[in-house]
Amino acid sequence: MVKYDTSVELCGIKLDNPIIPASGTFGFGREFAEYYDLDCLGAISFKGTTREARFGNPTPRIAECTSGMINSVGLQNPGIDKVISEELPHLRQIFHKPIVANISGFSLDEYEECCAKIDKEEQVEIIEVNVSCPNVHNGGMSFGTQPESAVEVTRRVKSVTTKPVFIKLSPNVTDIVAIARACEDAGADGICLINTMLGMRIDTMRRRPVIANKMGGFSGDAIFPIAVRMVYQVSNACQIPVMGCGGVSSASNVIEMMMAGATAVQVGAANLKNPYAAKEIIEALPKEMERLGIERLRDIIGVVK
Amino acid sequence: MYKKGVYRIVSNVALTPTVYRMVLEGDTQHITHSGQFINIELTGKFLRRPISVSDYDDKSITIIYKVVGSGTSQMQQMQPGTELDILTGLGNGFSTENNAQRPLLVGGGVGVPPLFNLCKRLIAEGKSPMVIIGFNTADEVFYFNEFRALGVDVFCSTADGSVGTKGFVTDAIKEHNLTFDYIYACGPIPMLKALYDSTNVDAEFSFEERMGCGFGACMGCSCKTKYGNKRICKDGPVLKREEIIW
Repeated sequence: MVKYDTSVELCGIKLDNPIIPASGTFGFGREFAEYYDLDCLGAISFKGTTREARFGNPTPRIAECTSGMINSVGLQNPGIDKVISEELPHLRQIFHKPIVANISGFSLDEYEECCAKIDKEEQVEIIEVNVSCPNVHNGGMSFGTQPESAVEVTRRVKSVTTKPVFIKLSPNVTDIVAIARACEDAGADGICLINTMLGMRIDTMRRRPVIANKMGGFSGDAIFPIAVRMVYQVSNACQIPVMGCGGVSSASNVIEMMMAGATAVQVGAANLKNPYAAKEIIEALPKEMERLGIERLRDIIGVVK
Repeated sequence: MYKKGVYRIVSNVALTPTVYRMVLEGDTQHITHSGQFINIELTGKFLRRPISVSDYDDKSITIIYKVVGSGTSQMQQMQPGTELDILTGLGNGFSTENNAQRPLLVGGGVGVPPLFNLCKRLIAEGKSPMVIIGFNTADEVFYFNEFRALGVDVFCSTADGSVGTKGFVTDAIKEHNLTFDYIYACGPIPMLKALYDSTNVDAEFSFEERMGCGFGACMGCSCKTKYGNKRICKDGPVLKREEIIW
């Protein structure tokens, strides 16, 4: 019998499988640990964390869409200090595989300060710097929509950290390759993409936006083809590894994303629709590998040229 | 603790022109409190639809829902025998661990359903609940007789006066000069706020908010309280009087 090897290596860190719940869809693991043993996951990317605690945007923050959803949570989080003192120790108790720390900021100083703090936490294996949140004014997104500012964030973060730094990019840009290359040149160890796409819904009965903040981040199955395209473009243009993210909801999607060039694959909105989504995808991987004649998952990374 | 499972529709009948009652058969062991809700997956919809549990026993769940959009329209057309993927046991629900002997249950519109199981529970605990249900007009009234059949005092208000007290639930409290030592309420925010302002006994209010996941992961339904930020789906939907910030 063939043994199907799902393991991958990300900047020297071995993952049992490439599946990582995406930041913002998995909290700090608590709610999902009520459903299943989190240790089946390759890694976890925790909720986007800022220097200060944030309540986020007014409600409603959620809108239904065809094959997806819009969220406008606005980086609600307990703040870096509480994440380090409370959430991280708890997550370590319920999860014994690599932790990806997702960090957001509103200034270069904030990115630097938060990343320096989280870098000292031995529980954290990878730092994922979010320069792409669409839900905060004058915030994360502006750093990720211009190569120059993405470079600044990358340099500042790299200057105070020792762990692998992935820059999480926004798809709401004209030239994703230029931004990804700029991050690589500035010393990024990897790229994560894509964050949500800026979207909007209108309540036609009430003649007003469904979401209080008017616009929000569109995610779910509908954005998968865009994510595959951008993962393909960026992984072909850069030497550093890519974590693929956006609309992944099946083992088949995972393999497609990896063939496009992703070394690891994040599962986001699918977790909110089905709390078992990430676990079910991992369980389905060997069968999908058998169907496609793949023995080692890492062999297919970027095979499509 | 909550549970994902497959549930079969036993019945799905109209109570009013827009309000339906659906009885589902399946595992109910994760429902622990009156006022919790379930989250229903619908074909072609990305997000599940959260609906409060009106009543349950060891093998069935009763929900009462209003047809307001394409999701609930889809539910309205479902036939007995249809199987649905549902998360159950969601939310905190109402607490009956208090010394109240004469609690007042107040429901407005589709806020009425979760009070039904609560009323049964309070009776079973030896308490003497009374119930006020409020609607816009006589055509919308449901469950008046069902509450009556439990043997409790039931009052009704309608905005147009076509049944019961003309006005709001708060007008019914005044008209009948009701005395009570606790309030459980579920309904539109203006109703909850009016109750809050016109009474001073301990109270629990059940809130509604647009949700993403329904189990506390996405932070889509957060609200501020005097005890910090809470998620309506996980830390609510029921909040106590003393923690509410309007």
